[in-house]
Amino acid sequence: METILLFAPLVGAIIAGFGWKMIGEHAAQWVATGLLFLSALLSWIVFLTFDGTTEHVEILRWIQSGTLDTSWGIRMDRLTAIMLIVITTVSALVHLYSFGYMAHDENFKEGEHYKARFFAYLSFFTFAMLMLVTADNLVQMFFGWEGVGVASYLLIGFYYKKPTANAAAIKAFVVNRVGDFGFALGIFAIFFLVDSIKLDDVFAAAPELAQTQITFLWAEWNAANLIGILLFIGAMGKSAQLILHTWLPDAMEGPTPVSALIHAATMVTAGVFLVCRMSPIYEFAPDAQSFIVFLGATTAFFAATVGLVQNDIKRVIAYSTCSQLGYMFVAAGVGVYSVAMFHLLTHAFFKAMLFLGAGSVIHGMHHEQDMRNYGGLRHKLPKTFWAMMIGTLAITGVGIPLTGWIGFAGFASKDAVIESAYVGSAGGYAFWLLVVAALFTSFYSWRLMFMTFWGKPRGDKHTHEHAHESPNVMLIPLGVLAIGAIFAGAVWYSSFFGKTNEVVKFFGGKYGEPTAELVEAVAERSPKASELHYVMESAPGEAGIYIAPENTVLHEAHYVPTWVKLSPFIAMLIGLATAYQMYIRRPDLPAKLAENQRPLYLFLLNKWYFDELYDLVFVRPAKSIGRFLWKRGDGNVIDGGINGLALGIVPFFTRLAGRWQSGYVFTYAFAMVIGIALILTYVTITGGVE
Amino acid sequence: MISADLNTILPEIILAVYSMAALLLAVYTTKDKMAGLLTWVTAALFLALALWIGFAGQGTTTAFGGMIVDDAYARFAKVVILASAAAVLIMSESYMARRDLLRFEYPLLIALAVVGMMVMVAAGDLMALYMGLELQSLALYVVASLRRDSAKSTEAGLKYFVLGALSSGLLLYGASLTYGYAGTTLFSGIIEATSDGVSLGLLFGLVFLMAGFAFKVSAAPFHMWTPDVYEGAPTPVTAFFATAPKMAAMGLFARVVHDAFGGSVGDWQQIVAFLSVASMFIGGIAAIGQTDIKRLMAYSSIAHMGFALMGLAAGTAFGVQAMLIYMAIYIAMNVGTFAFIISMEKDGRPVTDIASLNMYSKAEPGKALAMLVLLFSLAGVPPMLGFFGKFYVLRAAVEGGLIWLAIAGVVASVIGAFYYLRIVYYMYFGKDQDEALDRNGSPVLWTFLMGSAVVMLVGVVNLFGVEPIAEAAALALAN
Repeated sequence: METILLFAPLVGAIIAGFGWKMIGEHAAQWVATGLLFLSALLSWIVFLTFDGTTEHVEILRWIQSGTLDTSWGIRMDRLTAIMLIVITTVSALVHLYSFGYMAHDENFKEGEHYKARFFAYLSFFTFAMLMLVTADNLVQMFFGWEGVGVASYLLIGFYYKKPTANAAAIKAFVVNRVGDFGFALGIFAIFFLVDSIKLDDVFAAAPELAQTQITFLWAEWNAANLIGILLFIGAMGKSAQLILHTWLPDAMEGPTPVSALIHAATMVTAGVFLVCRMSPIYEFAPDAQSFIVFLGATTAFFAATVGLVQNDIKRVIAYSTCSQLGYMFVAAGVGVYSVAMFHLLTHAFFKAMLFLGAGSVIHGMHHEQDMRNYGGLRHKLPKTFWAMMIGTLAITGVGIPLTGWIGFAGFASKDAVIESAYVGSAGGYAFWLLVVAALFTSFYSWRLMFMTFWGKPRGDKHTHEHAHESPNVMLIPLGVLAIGAIFAGAVWYSSFFGKTNEVVKFFGGKYGEPTAELVEAVAERSPKASELHYVMESAPGEAGIYIAPENTVLHEAHYVPTWVKLSPFIAMLIGLATAYQMYIRRPDLPAKLAENQRPLYLFLLNKWYFDELYDLVFVRPAKSIGRFLWKRGDGNVIDGGINGLALGIVPFFTRLAGRWQSGYVFTYAFAMVIGIALILTYVTITGGVE
Repeated sequence: MISADLNTILPEIILAVYSMAALLLAVYTTKDKMAGLLTWVTAALFLALALWIGFAGQGTTTAFGGMIVDDAYARFAKVVILASAAAVLIMSESYMARRDLLRFEYPLLIALAVVGMMVMVAAGDLMALYMGLELQSLALYVVASLRRDSAKSTEAGLKYFVLGALSSGLLLYGASLTYGYAGTTLFSGIIEATSDGVSLGLLFGLVFLMAGFAFKVSAAPFHMWTPDVYEGAPTPVTAFFATAPKMAAMGLFARVVHDAFGGSVGDWQQIVAFLSVASMFIGGIAAIGQTDIKRLMAYSSIAHMGFALMGLAAGTAFGVQAMLIYMAIYIAMNVGTFAFIISMEKDGRPVTDIASLNMYSKAEPGKALAMLVLLFSLAGVPPMLGFFGKFYVLRAAVEGGLIWLAIAGVVASVIGAFYYLRIVYYMYFGKDQDEALDRNGSPVLWTFLMGSAVVMLVGVVNLFGVEPIAEAAALALAN
């Protein structure tokens, strides 16, 4: 079953990509979509019937070279199962949605065929993503990792006639290269130290790695920390974390379904998945964990601030994604991998829905993306409006405070992240940044809603008159995702963020009694959490995730002070109120504020000037070095040298040889005599004088 | 005892007796009318002898007190000489007949030259060596000027004769110096005399000997006769010059330096390396300026001899093996290439202008493709066989410690690639021209061209088993 599930998208991609001329474009689309729905169905069956024990399915033997012995296999555990449903569900819905969205694309001329290609790319992406999450060893994961990178490149640059789309595709690819370099180094380090890249072997060696020192670059490192950081650099690239985040907003040049699938729900979460997958390593790498928490929290805050002032509807959601990924990393960094996966799951639903909803708006508004030209659309696009509403309620975290789970999906998971962050960072940096980010999230989300659906229509009158609701193929996916966005949090609350024993059981591990010292230590740290009954007992790698026995963050997060539990809700309310004040009651206020606080406004509008900085520090020097090597190195030195040799020196000797070849016998005889004289002289000087 | 001696050189005797008998027969009967028949019979005899020597010969025997040696090395060279001579004879028949050049002396002179070559590669004594060399040379002087009514042909023959006489003089001078300082003309005696170092006089003798050999293999700076003679002689004769005598002279060269001076490799290694590098570069650079394909092939063979000498310069058994493989491949390539050049005609007259090949691929795609393969092979482009020849000699040079020579060889082969590829350029991308070459379909030439091209491609598999044979031959010589 797993094999069918895995290869159905590949078959779909091949048929749609290479066979559409035979079976027709329409049929190709249906084949790809049908196979993905099959894949999604099988994924749900696997997920719901999965009993938690890790299974290995070997597909083929792959690389055997020296001590490197790698099979192509599936690693089936809870972590994989979660990713399977996320990927295949969103992907299947996006395939369906694309029927409507891609029906008439103004980027292509009448009669040009692009739909089958689009579906082939989508299916290929899904296959690569499945390869990534089912990987049984690091090289296979790297294959999937690069595969999704390629698919992302192809899809961002799908409108290949637009220079901006091509530039964005290249940017995404190049920035990801930087991260991938780190990932590759991490794999090398693991192979160097463990002599295997099989996940089981690596996990089993994790405690030992924590005791190992390794010299890398100029410093002495703890092996586990080094590997953790290197792998996280890979995750940073793929998941658009600070420093390597610049490609994600630009990736919005791709068609909106692509943004929903790749740049919201699946590919960008690969980094989070990687950290959770490697949890046995991270549990032994405290420095790497701190680094992840720091960077995740900073990204969550940074992206939220930038999202406040963006005007392009897709860019707002893109920064929102970037910010939410920061939340997930904070959760993973403080050691509650289950919570990271929880937020990943709920986020996939509501963020895919927001993107598809935005796509529906864009589709209805004839590919207008600037929110300043929207307004009052809730009557024109009622169904889209309600879908977006649900998405916004989910992302801002609306629910009944203090119950924990009664609320929209984002309520349960985001609050879980923030509470864990309070415990994990001892109520410090990460916690406060996340709370402030929650406020901003609420503000920009409602701003988006108010600017789009409330107020008076702005912008081109004609466009507004012709604004229309999207067809059913686009609305059905929204409906399905809405179910997830509403209920996913409540349904799986206890599995991901319940009592320790529930979570451990869900992820297929064994739980046992904590030691007396540990109970004491926890009671001392947080008196309310003294009732510690269970800790994880499984060995690293036995279950989907690994939680060290000393890691009690999951337990303690349930006993944080009440004000901590209320803080995200309050932040949400403040954000909502501010947005209401600024965009419904006093629509003139934002402009004034921007005027008053011009430097701050520009700073945020220009995304903290990251692109400009990179342009100055990396792009321009690289270009000038490239130009130097091209013009001077290649052009003058190499070409010049070769040309000079070939067009100047060699012909000179050719002419000389031609002149010597005079045709007179005496010249020839003379040459022979000169030759023999030369040789005799040489022989006399060197050899013969002993 | 004498019968055993005679038995050792039985193939040579048969060939010599055949030549003289056929000469008498033709003179007293129909003269030139027999020429066609004689060509075929001679070629058949060559092939029969090649098969005989190739399959029947075993071990090492010496005859006439060591003057003649019959070993695996000599047999390898003899088979190559006989086979290539047979191929060239077969190719020349129709060409010579149509130009009224098919005299009955032609196949017989070739046969006598081949006898000389067989003696050369089997010589174990300076006197036997000289006998073989002169027999070969005298026959070739005549063949070069076979077209008596052409100024160019007679000029070629005369130049070849005068310079050949000079080189023979040098060689004889070297031989006499060697005799004077070693006290013997036998190779086995010379190597004994040099066991405790080579005296300067003996070294001078060696240098003069090598100058004579270098003339025969047309290695720079003793190469200057080559372009003129190649251009002036009738094309089939040129084809002959480019193949069998080169093998013979190269075989002789290796025979002397290893059998007679094998104990003092260090003394001649640098000289051979110098000849090699000079030949490679002069052959490559001077060929660029040529517009006549025969002259071009002359420089090409100079450059190729440079590469073959590179193997010899290594001074090891592997070096000799590389040289033998290189020569075998070189001859196979040249047979095909000359089959094409012989077939180049315009309005029934032979042309040798490279420009006449413009857009040849449109007129005759099959032959153009075969020629492309051959030219790529000559240039040493993998996966053609020519690349492997170069690879062997380069490897020999590197293993023999002559890395600088190997690097120079690579550079020279880059320069050399230019003029081969220029012909390909003319054939495939050149200017359209009104007067195309004749589409004469001599099936014999076509077969040789295509066969040679196929060999260049298919031979990659195992070099047709040449490698172990060459290895055995090399071990027989250099041990």
